[in-house]
Amino acid sequence: MRKEVRFAGFGGQGVILSAFILGRAVSVHTPMHATMTQSYGPESRGGSCEADVVVGDAEIDTPMVTHPDVLVLLSQEAATKHMDQARAASLVLSDVDLVHLDDDVAQKAHQLPFTRTADGLGRRIVANVVMLGAFTNASQIVPREAMEAALRETVKASTRELNMKAFDAGARL
Amino acid sequence: MSEARSVTEPPNLILSPVWDRPRTGTQFLSGDHACAEGALYAGCRFFAGYPITPATEIAERLAERLPEVGGQYIQMEDEIASMIAILGASVTGAKSMTATSGPGFSLMMENLGLAYMMEVPTVVVDVQRGGPSTGLPTTVGQQDMMQARFGPHGDFTSISLSPQSPQEAFNLTIHAFNVAERLRTPVLLMMDEVVGHMHERVVIPPPGEIPLVARPRATVPPEEYHTYRPGPDLVPPMALAGEGYSVLFTGLTHDEDGRPVTTYAAQKVLVPRLRDKILKNRDVYERLGLYKTEDATTLVVAYGITARSARRAVDLGREKGLALGLFRPISVWPFPAEQLRSLKNVTKIVVAEINLGQVVLEVRRIAGPYAEVVHVGNPGGQVISPETILEACMSPRRAKP
Repeated sequence: MRKEVRFAGFGGQGVILSAFILGRAVSVHTPMHATMTQSYGPESRGGSCEADVVVGDAEIDTPMVTHPDVLVLLSQEAATKHMDQARAASLVLSDVDLVHLDDDVAQKAHQLPFTRTADGLGRRIVANVVMLGAFTNASQIVPREAMEAALRETVKASTRELNMKAFDAGARL
Repeated sequence: MSEARSVTEPPNLILSPVWDRPRTGTQFLSGDHACAEGALYAGCRFFAGYPITPATEIAERLAERLPEVGGQYIQMEDEIASMIAILGASVTGAKSMTATSGPGFSLMMENLGLAYMMEVPTVVVDVQRGGPSTGLPTTVGQQDMMQARFGPHGDFTSISLSPQSPQEAFNLTIHAFNVAERLRTPVLLMMDEVVGHMHERVVIPPPGEIPLVARPRATVPPEEYHTYRPGPDLVPPMALAGEGYSVLFTGLTHDEDGRPVTTYAAQKVLVPRLRDKILKNRDVYERLGLYKTEDATTLVVAYGITARSARRAVDLGREKGLALGLFRPISVWPFPAEQLRSLKNVTKIVVAEINLGQVVLEVRRIAGPYAEVVHVGNPGGQVISPETILEACMSPRRAKP
């Protein structure tokens, strides 16, 4: 089994942190393997930004993602850039309020209100964690317990409760 | 010969691996952070450096972690100063390291040469990005491999290691320190941007599980000690500056006491020994990764991140019924020539590396007489795909001109 996951959005949305949490969940809390690579440079601090995680039950050879199985789109720029990949992906998640998809992609995509849900929790900044909850539920790549453990270990103690709430809200979308 | 010593022990602070706050177990780390943790595990207690993408995270991590274990982190004014600072620290007994990328590596060359000449154990990490010059700061390259081999002026022999994953970055950093100490020589860890920045599972074992090697130390009384009198392994035992021995270090050609003697007679004793202590102690540093090579007729030679694309290429080729294998020099320099020659069925070799042709020159020198040697590369900026490597493996043999 080899699954390629790509998170794409705008620098500052927590795209890279999302990939980190997935990678940590797999690597530290399951026997599976994960490799995370990310865009690095000015774009990761604003502008189009992406982070990839390859998950496998054997050691990952090449970590480069060319045909993502799962594609998460958090900004219009990212969606436009990756529309062809979205067409080929077996699972697409997007933020329904931020991203307009081509009709054929929209038909199969899980278009969900990540940012709106985070706003409802009082902090827009946890939109990526709402997304991770939805991603975990829809993709079935990694057990929910592993994701929750990695999330708990990664975020600051003072925001832990909010983040767990955001994850749960995402999983129920 | 008496083992008794009339000299004082150096301060424990620097020499002993201190584990005030061990961070062991399973972690999810970048190659850069894994390298920093490997250095701490190995007992590195002095880092001097100047931040540069994509090596900055090594400095960052050590700036945070070294004070926790009683070590010193210094951000220097530039890479010239960084390199000379780690030599100074090492001659007083500290295990020392610096980390940089292409432009900084260039600045370090003169004092790296000094390290070879003065036989100072230390570790230099180059997280390679695209060059020349400032080039591609944030993307990958493997273009410093010949600089690692021949960068400083004069005749010397480089030991260069290249990891393909964060776990290997951790393990090879420890190995680099062990080799540096054992042979009294600088060791280069030639990483690349992708391995430096990628995150994977890294298991850090409890202290003591991976053996650490200390440099051969002076054991004779001070009046019988000669700074550069080699042992049977050609490595001179090392007295530390400040330990009570008379020690003399110079970049000039010197005699066994470290006194400058700028004659052909002194040169022809010293410089060949510097070479031979590396070449005659291959078992100390040599490491090789072989994958499906037993029956391979076409061999892919690759190191660092490219080796992972090459491994996929081998699997893809095997699915098509091709007898492909992967030869991965983990110690790239000195190149494991005998092991390459020992693969008797090989008639074609594809050398994949992110440059326009560097290690391929050495492979062609070794294997050119009996195999077709092909280079697959790019000028830096992206990883070579498995498909590109496979295509080169499958392309028909070129007609002899």
